[in-house]
Amino acid sequence: MKKRIALLLALVLALTALAGCSNAEGSQEGEFTPGENGVVKVYNWGDYIDESVIDMFEAETGIEVVYDVFQNNEEMYPIIEAGGTVYDVVCPSDYMIAKMIENGLVQEINFDNVPNIEYIGDIHMESARAFDPENKYAVPYTYGTLGIMYNTNYVTDEEAATWNILWDEKYSQKIVMYESVRDSLTPALELLGYSLNTTDRAELEEATQMLIDQKPLVYAYVMDQIKDQMINEEVYVGLAYSGEVLAIQEENPDIAFSVPEEGSNYFVDAWVIPSNAENKENAEAWINFLCRPDIAQMNFEYITYSTPNDGAVELLDEEYLSNEDVFPDDAVIERCEVFEYLGEDMDQFYAELWTQVKASSTN
Amino acid sequence: MGKKTFALPYIVWMIGFTIIPLAMIVYYGLTDNSGAFTLDNVAAIMTAEHSQALWLSLGLALISTLICLLLAYPLAMILKSISKNRSSLIVFIFILPMWMNSLLRTMAWQTILSNQGILNLLLEFLGLPTVQIINTTGAIIFGMVYDFLPFMVLPIYNVLIKIGQDKVEAARDLGANGVQTFFRVTFPLSMPGVVSGITMVFVPAMTTFVISTLLGGGKILLIGNVIEQAFTSGSNWHLGSGLSLVLMVFILISMAILAKYDPEGSNVV
Repeated sequence: MKKRIALLLALVLALTALAGCSNAEGSQEGEFTPGENGVVKVYNWGDYIDESVIDMFEAETGIEVVYDVFQNNEEMYPIIEAGGTVYDVVCPSDYMIAKMIENGLVQEINFDNVPNIEYIGDIHMESARAFDPENKYAVPYTYGTLGIMYNTNYVTDEEAATWNILWDEKYSQKIVMYESVRDSLTPALELLGYSLNTTDRAELEEATQMLIDQKPLVYAYVMDQIKDQMINEEVYVGLAYSGEVLAIQEENPDIAFSVPEEGSNYFVDAWVIPSNAENKENAEAWINFLCRPDIAQMNFEYITYSTPNDGAVELLDEEYLSNEDVFPDDAVIERCEVFEYLGEDMDQFYAELWTQVKASSTN
Repeated sequence: MGKKTFALPYIVWMIGFTIIPLAMIVYYGLTDNSGAFTLDNVAAIMTAEHSQALWLSLGLALISTLICLLLAYPLAMILKSISKNRSSLIVFIFILPMWMNSLLRTMAWQTILSNQGILNLLLEFLGLPTVQIINTTGAIIFGMVYDFLPFMVLPIYNVLIKIGQDKVEAARDLGANGVQTFFRVTFPLSMPGVVSGITMVFVPAMTTFVISTLLGGGKILLIGNVIEQAFTSGSNWHLGSGLSLVLMVFILISMAILAKYDPEGSNVV
């Protein structure tokens, strides 16, 4: 629905493109006066913040927060691109940020307004360079790994140490995969020893063939439903983001998580400011607030995706810190690869490959 | 003048919500990223995956329409034969679930049919072997029949009750037996209802992507899913629109075929 509205607005925008541009330039100067405009429009993943943080921000800064959510990067992108709904600060993932930078949809952050950036660990600023080479556009919010979630009553730790388990006929109809092409291709590419960012069509087709061979063993391709299916023991093994594990373990303590030895994906979600933002200073105030250690701690304890905030990490209980699923050690991070943006042609090729997997026979 | 003013909201409605969106689909379907004219998006239906999805959708839609018809016609006959009060109660109970969102009802079936679901727990409790229905084409057909059955019952029932008892009695007086009366009098007279019911079941069944996603576990690709993915994760609106055009043509053809069987040409649903 949003997309259709966005499309209409895009048409209107296209018609008034020139007028729109000059207007934005003319009014920009005025908007740099702090406090003149008391609003910040935030666009974040669903269920990706402790909501009391929003109230605290409003109380402490007097800036009103308009808060919207999206379900995945692909849904967010056209909304920002069309520019029909203007947001001041958005939280996409690594490869999507690279795409936004390439297409000029985000602007440089004035780090004078974000002093709390000092709390973000150097190692995390460095991994952010994979998608933001000069650390000019993005402030990391969460990070994590893609791995195998498994039920220890049925699956041994050794079995779950390799992606091969996802092709093990013993677990036919007990395997669940993500309905997302890059995540689901990750195990196949790792087993074949190829890069997760390969643009070699032959390599990608080989990995796709592996997924087609795997399909008869797969119970379903879903996203959030994986949680319920693991908790109810409908399936025994599946793909998962590390940040989901703590919440699932609360419901079913037999669930464990591993990052297979072949390697996997390491992701970073970070805050960026769209080029057409109307309240840039407020957006920077928002980012700065989220970088404050006590706030980052509150958010971590609510969403349980690892925080890159060293200040917050110092405040956390030992119980969290010793949990390697949530805070992977360096050896794990070293064997992981960050997704890069591969360009529009590759986007389309990946979509075609995914259609091949989905259309292939189930038995 | 008065009449025209009265029609204005409907004209605005049709232009705003039918003609403009349709024009946009045609525009997107026949252009590429740079806005240049191309037939590639329409021709994309020829690729193995897409045509397979189209035929599968057609097959599943035909099967569910047939099952709906076989279930709905006898029910409509029964409803016609009993007293008005009782039949309206039954019709009411029958359409009661439609007051709930169909997405929710489909999700309920997901819970019932899944491997650890209510159905299998019940079978296990009775000492019977469990079944895997969820994430198969069977589950999708089941979901379609469940969701769309009322759309078959109501039009048939509405036509049947209008067929006067005198016509049936005349046939019997002239020597036709029960079977002959049904096939030579009742059924032909009820054709408008049957055609309308078939259209109302076949078209949504042919285009659905929700039922196949929820009950097929994302493993079974219907043409609706291909289009949905082109618009969402694929962010390729041109492909999605091109395939939508193909699907529209398929539906137009099937409606044209159906119209031949509608003796009065009275319905265009």
